[in-house]
Amino acid sequence: MLETEFCGLKLKNPTVLASGILGTNAALLKRVVREGAGAVTMKSIGPREKLGHPNPTVIEWEHGLINAVGLPSPGYQNIESEFAELKNCSAPIIASIYGASVEEFETVAEAVAEYKPAIIEINISCPNTKKEGQIFGMSPEMATDVVSAVVAKTGKIPVMPKLTPQAPKIADIAVACEKAGANAICAVNTLGPGMLIDIEARKPILANKFGGVSGPAIKPIAVRCVYQIYRAVSIPILGMGGINSGKDAVEMMMAGASAVGIGTATHYRGIEAFKLIADEIKQWMKEHEVKSVKDLVGAAHD
Amino acid sequence: MPELPQIVEIRRTQKETGQHQTYYFEFDKAKDAKPGQFLMVWIPGVDEKPISLSSIGKEVAITVQCKGLWSEKLCGIGKGLKVGVRGPYGNGFSTEGVKKAIIVAGGCGTAPIRPLVEKCLTEGIDTRVVVGAQTAEILLFRKELEDKLGDNLYITTDDGSAGKKGFTTDALKELIGEDKPDVVFSCGPEVMMKAIFDLCEKEKVECQLSLERYMRCGFGICGQCVMDDLMVCKDGPVFNSEQLRNSKEFGKVARLKSGREVDLKEFANWRQC
Repeated sequence: MLETEFCGLKLKNPTVLASGILGTNAALLKRVVREGAGAVTMKSIGPREKLGHPNPTVIEWEHGLINAVGLPSPGYQNIESEFAELKNCSAPIIASIYGASVEEFETVAEAVAEYKPAIIEINISCPNTKKEGQIFGMSPEMATDVVSAVVAKTGKIPVMPKLTPQAPKIADIAVACEKAGANAICAVNTLGPGMLIDIEARKPILANKFGGVSGPAIKPIAVRCVYQIYRAVSIPILGMGGINSGKDAVEMMMAGASAVGIGTATHYRGIEAFKLIADEIKQWMKEHEVKSVKDLVGAAHD
Repeated sequence: MPELPQIVEIRRTQKETGQHQTYYFEFDKAKDAKPGQFLMVWIPGVDEKPISLSSIGKEVAITVQCKGLWSEKLCGIGKGLKVGVRGPYGNGFSTEGVKKAIIVAGGCGTAPIRPLVEKCLTEGIDTRVVVGAQTAEILLFRKELEDKLGDNLYITTDDGSAGKKGFTTDALKELIGEDKPDVVFSCGPEVMMKAIFDLCEKEKVECQLSLERYMRCGFGICGQCVMDDLMVCKDGPVFNSEQLRNSKEFGKVARLKSGREVDLKEFANWRQC
């Protein structure tokens, strides 16, 4: 009932751990699989060791989270042991990569492809770093450059750019990615950057001042983005942004997502969010006599 | 309730040693915290750090060693400084079902032990406490613990300047030999706690150890403080013997800010207190 396929991979259910959440090491990724995730995404891997931003880096506010963790990474040079430990993982592993130039994306993609992850996610949408990230997801030309460069280095491994909801026309970016050889689209990354100021301290709370906004606050935007992308491309979409319940997941799939990313929900519902959300999807399907989760994909489109 | 930092003012400070100070403030959310739980303490414009509570009640406190940018700002201004606090986070020590305990504190790790001693005594638990430091000068809460515990306080220093010369583990070994406790609680350097854990495993005594890793969110989402498949901020920071028994990382490795895994010694040199 919940079994589905994404980029030719079999998923026991459509919930996927979003990148940047919990995915620091192999052991914790495997725990997330035990907690019910259909697939898991590692924290984005960069071209060199990077410390990330100083604290505060993650803050909860009334309608979600805001974070400026700043893409900390041991660098692709120091990641081999995690991949080795992930070999016997029972769910597909998505490796996320980032860079500050097309050349850096190429270098990391080539190195990471050696470890044969199920999918390589290209993070062209991080809103809280200066050089890496979002800039490559803002124009179809730049997205094309990164995606085609990565595709040339990754052989048969499916490639999935992760898009920013900040793009003026996100569907155009998705189309450019598809033309450049992307096998799937991940949408969306955190919204923003946004900012929180503590009025007593008269200071921005995040050390980086600006950070990506996630959680319930961004769900309508994420759903709209996925809806537009679905109409524009024929490759599958991993939809995410504010999914906190089975009903949220059903909504995202109806917008056009073949699978759904879970991130901030692990704060609201604990690490068991995957199982809880999968069970709720199943419950909803039973109540509405939907036989396969695949039947929900794009159901909201005319 | 969102976990935004709440700005509080340091009401009073207490100089504990030449290197340590305690800062008292009111923070309602932490008034019923468990010993071993921690706050994320933000000094606006400087940094935010996880610090365990060294006093719990209407007024709460943190005890900090003055070194590094963050703590120097705290030491330099002290009373009247406004800091942002969120929490309390983590699980804390559990005294459930405990009748007889030995508590072992090392260095800065004595901070969360202070409210734990108080809790144990209030609950009528037969409590023996070992406190260790490099020298007498940097022994925390000595007078207070002596008053509360009398003959049940055992002091060790590396140089013999107070109590017995030697390690806390030597004292612990003797105490277990005299009378086996239901549990050994500890907070201190991880090398010390690994030695305590190994000793307790041999003696078949249950442990609860408070560990430390570099943290960011404090509430179990970013994965920065991972140890094996556990998040130190949320699943811990206090772990029991069963959780540590099959650990590949406890006492061996930890992660730097980048997430790169390094030898515990390198991590300890970087982190310090």
